[in-house]
Amino acid sequence: MTTLPRVTGEAVARIEARDKVTGAASYAADHPLDGLTHAWPVTATVARGDITAVDDSEALRDPAVLAVLTHANAPRLADAGDPMVAVLRSPHVAHHGQIVALAVAETLEAARAAAGAVRVTYDEQPHDVVLTADRPGLYTPDEVNAGHPADRRRGDFDAAYAASEITVDAVYEVTPLHNHPMEPHAATAVWDGDALTVFDSNQGSTVVRSTLAALFEVDEADVRVVSEHVGGGFGSKGTPRPHVALAALAAKAVGRPVRLALPRNRIAAVTGHRAPTIQRVRLGADADGHIDALAHETVTQTSTLTEFVEQASVSSRMMYASPHSLTTHRVARLDVPSPSWMRAPGECPGMFALESAMDELASACGLDPVELRIRNEPPVEPDSGRPFSSRHLVDCLREGARRFGWHDRDPRPAVGRDGPLLIGSGVAASTYPVWVFPSHAEAYAGSDGRYEVRVNATDIGTGARTVLTQIAADALGVPLDLVRVSIGRGDLPAGSVAGGSSGTASWGWPVHKACTDLRQRVSDAGGHVPDGGLFVRADTEQEAGGGTEYSRHAFGAQFAEVQVDTVTGEVRVRRMLGVFAAGHILNPRTARSQFIGGMTMGLGMALTEGSFLDPEFGDFTERDLASYHVAACADVPEIDVHWIDEDDPHLNPMGSKGIGEIGIVGAAAALANAVHHATGMRVRRLPIHPDTILLGL
Amino acid sequence: MRVTFTVNGREQEADDVWEGESLLYVLRERMGLPGSKNACEQGECGSCTVRLDDVPVCSCLVAAGQVQGREVVTVEGLADQARERGGRATDGTTLDQAKGWQAKPHGAQAAQPGQLAPIQQAFIDAGAVQCGFCTPGLLVAADELLERNSSPTDADIREALSGNLCRCTGYEKILDAVRLAAARQDEVV
Repeated sequence: MTTLPRVTGEAVARIEARDKVTGAASYAADHPLDGLTHAWPVTATVARGDITAVDDSEALRDPAVLAVLTHANAPRLADAGDPMVAVLRSPHVAHHGQIVALAVAETLEAARAAAGAVRVTYDEQPHDVVLTADRPGLYTPDEVNAGHPADRRRGDFDAAYAASEITVDAVYEVTPLHNHPMEPHAATAVWDGDALTVFDSNQGSTVVRSTLAALFEVDEADVRVVSEHVGGGFGSKGTPRPHVALAALAAKAVGRPVRLALPRNRIAAVTGHRAPTIQRVRLGADADGHIDALAHETVTQTSTLTEFVEQASVSSRMMYASPHSLTTHRVARLDVPSPSWMRAPGECPGMFALESAMDELASACGLDPVELRIRNEPPVEPDSGRPFSSRHLVDCLREGARRFGWHDRDPRPAVGRDGPLLIGSGVAASTYPVWVFPSHAEAYAGSDGRYEVRVNATDIGTGARTVLTQIAADALGVPLDLVRVSIGRGDLPAGSVAGGSSGTASWGWPVHKACTDLRQRVSDAGGHVPDGGLFVRADTEQEAGGGTEYSRHAFGAQFAEVQVDTVTGEVRVRRMLGVFAAGHILNPRTARSQFIGGMTMGLGMALTEGSFLDPEFGDFTERDLASYHVAACADVPEIDVHWIDEDDPHLNPMGSKGIGEIGIVGAAAALANAVHHATGMRVRRLPIHPDTILLGL
Repeated sequence: MRVTFTVNGREQEADDVWEGESLLYVLRERMGLPGSKNACEQGECGSCTVRLDDVPVCSCLVAAGQVQGREVVTVEGLADQARERGGRATDGTTLDQAKGWQAKPHGAQAAQPGQLAPIQQAFIDAGAVQCGFCTPGLLVAADELLERNSSPTDADIREALSGNLCRCTGYEKILDAVRLAAARQDEVV
């Protein structure tokens, strides 16, 4: 028997790419259904209050309008334990932009017009939406996102900091940020008796299915959720969001299929966002740059509906040797839209602060910023004392410095000039933890020599379908084209969410397990699959459900070169380089795009993306893509990505770490540090807009 | 009102169209061509880009009535259009053929291997596709660029595609795809 060359690690082309380039791939709002109707949301115009009356008489005058649903007349949803989907249940308004009614009509235009004609009267109450670091009402949460403790203390920070030769004390601010996947949150729902079918845009239809079953008090087996193609999520589709509950609710109410695609300018308020953070970082070091004291204190906000705490101080617990450490989170519960996951929650804003502070420390010590980081490499993970399963930050920094030509630069700030342009470069470290969640898979061998693998993974653009096919083919020992992987349906074996950069590990593991077992069974059957085929089930409840004796993280180094226009104040990026160490890379083609895409989102965070909660009306002022600037093609320079292959036996059978989020971590700090090198100016509040530069120059 | 126009080389009629309806809605909901995506509905993201009498436009900003008697090409028609450009007779499609035509945007593959436009193949080969939601609009815009400028500079590409937002890829592989399609175009000529 010949051994096939492995396909994991190969740059296999995206399996569904043909469907996507021909327009054949069906997203949540692309499914034609007989008798389809359309819905449009009515959103609260006050930031806090109670609805006292809804006048829908004008809206219902158009015969094309089928219903205006409100808390008063909509079928009542059961409590599924998630306030995000508890729609139209109460007259209370918890934030501006909350969906208070839903117009359903024969056409999209009629629904939109009807929504505009609904008159809602409120008993308006004073609202509180302004976050400051010293405001009253800040409290310590029991835990922060991802289950971390709010506060950690090691040693005696105050004494060590006071005794330090060199200190840095700075406050960094990140505004609210919006995920804005290109596909709006959309669902098409249809009931057949008590059976519900939903075509939904989400990052995990297993949970959408169980949530819908709970909301409508029906059997999970009667809920079908189809999410074969999802147009991005970046965390904002990580759990069921209001659109899917509303579409199903409306379909039940009007007795016809209903499609709801949230209008772009309503998405920010109801699907989650990255909460703003105010982060104070203090570093105390000796003259050689060895950190003795590190404090990272985050102030952030959550809504009155949910408690979500952006864990911005958490990466400071494990990045650098720091004998005396203080990391805290304080949160204000405000009358604001609920925050949620956005690409690398915690690490992304937190590493902007820490890695900016590291640059400031390097300046204060007169040290090269790459060297400073190398000097503070910890032997074990400082917070838990556990060994790292693998950590190649230093290699990433050195390899990146070599490729970027880092050591050729003049380290002095504000000396690089090209006419009216100031040129500078910056570096920052990246990190992202390794997550893996239990999942289930099935593998089937047909007597025709073909294989089918089923797992409820979700491909939100990552390439999950492709990489799972690669994993399956290798485990089965068969060519790629004999394997078909089915994903993206709630009735498939339960898969975990496409979040936390955990997908490939979490879904790939049971796929690997099932396929390995199936291969053995085929072999046991003499290499011939009997009529009727062979079938295997596997899950990783044991393997992925427990803890680990290792601290597991991916690491990286980001380098950036910017030009700052002294006339206009505009910062433009000339080039970026990322070098990452994230286990084995299973598909270089899709992986490269993940890294570059993350870095580009980090570029947006640094320079173009920013949102502001207006104190008067209590909602985001930047609510559409005209005002919230996602980086466009002409904003993004040449971005180069490399990786260092890691052989880490403490991960999963594929030896992979997640790569969907690490690309955004550190990118903004590298750019801000480059702006400092170019201008001599520290910008500690993102995004870095021309007005800030002009005022500072 | 009734709107008669040409979509992907075939004459189409839509009845009972409300004057304020967008071309995007007509294409997606009435013609069964959901390839053009609705991502912002106000002309900021380019996901709904189609050619209107050869000019790339955001179909969400075109009123249905404006397309009366004009020609529209969507992502579903790129492969056919590329074949026509390839030098075959361009007599157009007869009305009988047009009436027998069915859009096949769902389920199975819309085109067989070898039937893609060069820009579509280049997007696959270069790894320029991720979530795919911006892809149809980008393909239409990139195809138009290459039609009028067979060897675009990087600056040309970045400018031509800057009306099309992508949240996944960081654009690098999209640029590679356009460069690849341009290079392949040169080889043919």
